[in-house]
Amino acid sequence: MSASSTNGEGVGARVPRKEDARHLHGRGQFVGDLAMPGMQDVAFLRSPVAHASIVSRSKPAGSDGAIFFHDDLTGTLPIITRSSIPGYKVSDYPVLARERVRFVGEPVAMCVAANRAAAEDLTETIDVQYDELPAIVSSDAGRAAGATLLHPQWGDNLFLETSFDSGLDQAVADAPVKVELDISTARQTMHPLEGKGVVAHWDHRAGQLVVHTSTQVPHLIRAGLAECLGLPQALVRIIAPDVGGGFGYKCLLQPEEVVVAWLALTYKTPFRWIEDRREHLVAGANARQHQYRIKAYADRQGRLLGMDAEVAVDVGAYSVWPFTACLEAAQAGGNLPGPYHLTAYRVKTYSVATNKPPFAPYRGVARPGVCFAMEQVIDAIAKAVGREAWEVRAENLVPGSAMPYTNITNKHYDSGDYPAALLSAKEMIGLDAFRAGARRDARGRYLGIGFASYTEQSAHGTKVFAAWGLPFVPGYDQAFVKLTPDGALEVRSGIHTIGQGLETTLAQVACEVTGVPLSTIKVTLGDTATTPFSTGAYASRGIVMAGGAVARAGEVVAERIKAIAAHLLQVTPDAVTFRDGRIYAGNASLSYADVGRAWYFRPEQLPDNVDRAGLEATEGYKPEVDSGLFSYASHAVRVAVDPDTGLVEILDYVIVEDCGRMVNPMIVEGQTYGGAAQGVGTALFEESPYDANGQPLASTLIDYLLPGPVELPKFRIAHRETLSPYTKFGIKGVGEGGAIAPPAAIINAINDALAPLNAEVRDAPASPKRVLAAIEAARSRADALAGADA
Amino acid sequence: MKPAAFDYVRARSVSEATDLLAKKEGDAKILAGGQSLTPMLNLRLARSSLLIDIKRAEGLRSLEADGSIVAIGAGWTHAEIEDGAVEDPTRGLMRHVARGIAYRAVRNRGTIGGSLAHADPAADWVSTMAVLGATLVCEGTGGKRRRVAADGFLQGAFLTQLAADEVLVAIEVPRLSAQARWGYYKVCRKAGEFAHALGAVIHDPAKNICRIVVGATDGPPKLLPRTAAALAADRMAEALDGLDREIVAVLPEHEPAAQRLHATAVRRAIAAMSTTMDH
Ligand SMILES: Cc1cc2nc3c(=O)[nH]c(=O)nc-3n(C[C@H](O)[C@H](O)[C@H](O)COP(=O)(O)OP(=O)(O)OC[C@H]3O[C@@H](n4cnc5c(N)ncnc54)[C@H](O)[C@@H]3O)c2cc1C
Repeated sequence: MSASSTNGEGVGARVPRKEDARHLHGRGQFVGDLAMPGMQDVAFLRSPVAHASIVSRSKPAGSDGAIFFHDDLTGTLPIITRSSIPGYKVSDYPVLARERVRFVGEPVAMCVAANRAAAEDLTETIDVQYDELPAIVSSDAGRAAGATLLHPQWGDNLFLETSFDSGLDQAVADAPVKVELDISTARQTMHPLEGKGVVAHWDHRAGQLVVHTSTQVPHLIRAGLAECLGLPQALVRIIAPDVGGGFGYKCLLQPEEVVVAWLALTYKTPFRWIEDRREHLVAGANARQHQYRIKAYADRQGRLLGMDAEVAVDVGAYSVWPFTACLEAAQAGGNLPGPYHLTAYRVKTYSVATNKPPFAPYRGVARPGVCFAMEQVIDAIAKAVGREAWEVRAENLVPGSAMPYTNITNKHYDSGDYPAALLSAKEMIGLDAFRAGARRDARGRYLGIGFASYTEQSAHGTKVFAAWGLPFVPGYDQAFVKLTPDGALEVRSGIHTIGQGLETTLAQVACEVTGVPLSTIKVTLGDTATTPFSTGAYASRGIVMAGGAVARAGEVVAERIKAIAAHLLQVTPDAVTFRDGRIYAGNASLSYADVGRAWYFRPEQLPDNVDRAGLEATEGYKPEVDSGLFSYASHAVRVAVDPDTGLVEILDYVIVEDCGRMVNPMIVEGQTYGGAAQGVGTALFEESPYDANGQPLASTLIDYLLPGPVELPKFRIAHRETLSPYTKFGIKGVGEGGAIAPPAAIINAINDALAPLNAEVRDAPASPKRVLAAIEAARSRADALAGADA
Repeated sequence: MKPAAFDYVRARSVSEATDLLAKKEGDAKILAGGQSLTPMLNLRLARSSLLIDIKRAEGLRSLEADGSIVAIGAGWTHAEIEDGAVEDPTRGLMRHVARGIAYRAVRNRGTIGGSLAHADPAADWVSTMAVLGATLVCEGTGGKRRRVAADGFLQGAFLTQLAADEVLVAIEVPRLSAQARWGYYKVCRKAGEFAHALGAVIHDPAKNICRIVVGATDGPPKLLPRTAAALAADRMAEALDGLDREIVAVLPEHEPAAQRLHATAVRRAIAAMSTTMDH
């Protein structure tokens, strides 16, 4: 439809977000804002040790009904996440610890009181005796022979081991250039601004358990919760109110959610648990920790001939529901080749159980890790052949002329021009001028530029999830659209908005197909009682899936609007158009309210053949090819590295991205800024280290550093807009992309800067300690060489 | 992360506060800006059955100046010092330091006295007052006052010379002369973060003072008299040459990497002297 038909508010319009007014006025309603008469607060006694048998537990006399151990929770089942992947081992994830604890922060007892402080007081009255077992605190330790087993019945500590081998022998034989790298990324927490929170109560009138929970996936939580509580799903209603960021942390069924719901079900009064920062930092340290051992083979130009990789993911103690402990490694193995043309590839992946919180898919899922590894490989090859990294990168990227392109791991890249984005990034960052200038600044800091390119598989659907063996597989997403009697539009979807602006973009899509003005479109999300089923908001799928469904349902309603309008205007439906928020046939026009009123209140005006389904429709949508739409980008960054303090400053940062048709460029940019900020956190700041006993060493924000506004550069973004051939409007997903490349681009820039010192940093975050250690190591290598020469 | 229950008293005077401290025999705590104490109470790392709020106590927001010192009441906030509401006798050093503490929201509440009494080795005022050669005025029950040198006030991390019944009431900051120069450098990973290493230098030839402090150590800040002497004698090269050795000597327990980082902080504080003239 043309811009005039939608008043410039439809798909592609840079309109402000509808949801921002309430947030900017502090009138958002989050779980923590809910108050109910008689509501009690819950606090958890959490395990102080990483791995132990529970020898005994006792609570003070008279505390029944206020303090709960596992065996008090009659009728609850453990969280069990099955997978259809052969060899996958199932973990029993008890909602409160049973005979063993497997990570510091695991809930051991639940305490209930009139307020949180009093509930925390109760946690101090409990006596639990632990018989400590050796803690497994790294994937290497977990895989070592004779390692203590987390789940003794397994026989090892591997949730899953996978391998893929296209045959490497020829590549190895042919390759004059070989690079070998060990690379790792640190464990992180996701840190949504709003932590997890649950308020559960029993609705006597509806006869339903109503759970307000801060989640990305209300319909999935309904299914999972009903299963753990042994309830029919009709008796469970999930409401996700405003959600202050999710990032994957809130796409899981959490034990705390189950037990708080159990309280409401059992006592029929309201209960609340609001996660605090310390709980998040300790029990929520569940993301990003990968370890790579890579051998890559190339010709003298730097063209990749083959790659041999081993990936170990430190997935923690249990398998989360529903994404399992193995999604991360599956993605890591499958996505490591990234945007490159690779013809020989072997990879082994290990999902290793450790005494840490259960791993969850964090924005970008495995891709920040694989991009971090792959992009270092490209730079290492470039160094080995003595060429500029961007050149070698450009020559290895899948060219635009090859699209659509199916890569070696059977990923189907739908459209785009990867090298073109890289070239733009190179121009924007000013590489040529930089190379002509000084390597150090006036303060003696070393300067460098780094690049990273990636693809972001988005909105992958049935085929992909079925192959991953998850307990649920997304199919069609549904949406409901309805014209109200007064001519406004209601849009309902089972997806949820967690900050990504869906109240605006779904309205823009509805506006695009119905012509109804944006201001009179009301989007409702997040409540299982009022929205059609969707598996929810994850995997950069919202605007593709829910957007597609809203378009479909909207088109159906639009046709019916036209049919009624045509009758009222005495023309044929094909003569009816939408323009400037009204309905036209030639110069005659109607308002949407005229049509709404006719259907609902003045049926005598309707044509005889009017559609009985009226002015509302529920439709389902999935892309024609649902193996995922591949957004992509190249990032380029200029840094200064202080060789005496190890501090890295980002001087300039450019992003050239392509997510297909942008429904709202301003929102695309907002998503990109936010993701990139988190990427800077991964690159330079965020880390949840553990000591040898499995004690987390970052349990407050003094020790867990998040980047703040001062540490973030002004990201400069340029767009390309290559439509996807497979989706409505040519949209692709974009929610996660920003987070993927910064660690890779920044580490490459640091290593470029440190090249004169021969120092290389391979692990994230590139903390001052790691940078200084790399410089020291280079110095001692140089000293050793000098010594040998002397 | 909610504190265990406690009683709260708003003290009208220092003597009311010291009497309560004495009466509770260690089970009471002074509450000033709460910027260090309340997080510790929330984490239940600190407990106390009574908090004695001294924000409104008479005399803690005094300012007494003469030709040689300015005595700053312990209750002035970092923000007030930053904004110049408190006379700065240090040619801009104190305002500079105040501006670099945490974020404005913390500075609006956190007090200079609270920071010194809390005795985090990485806290800015701890090193600043040591390098300035300031004197801390402590008052116990019965109005008994002691004056303690800032250098030496810390006995270790989070440990001071304050007796159980004492309140820190004022900080006597010596005036620097018009020709004095200073340098101050913190190594931080992000804005508002506590320092990982800190260097502070004062050179006031007119008063024959040259002092260098290395701070944000595992314990009290340390003076570097040898380096300072070389600097005072205008033997810059010698000063910088000997710095690494003196750092190793005063911080023998620190890892080599930490020693190097502290040397860097001091070196940069010395270098900053030439650029921080005339604020
Ligand atoms: C996010 C954050 C970042 C920070 N960053 C920095 C930083 O970069 N540099 C820095 O120096 N500081 C930093 N701080 C600490 C801050 O400066 C605090 O304000 C200061 O340490 C404590 O002052 P207060 O008045 O808030 O004391 P409170 O928290 O009220 O008290 C601290 C302790 O001192 C005792 N106490 C307080 N006043 C007196 C008194 N007059 N006599 C005797 N005992 C007393 C209390 O009993 C308590 O034990 C930071 C704090 C936060 C929250």
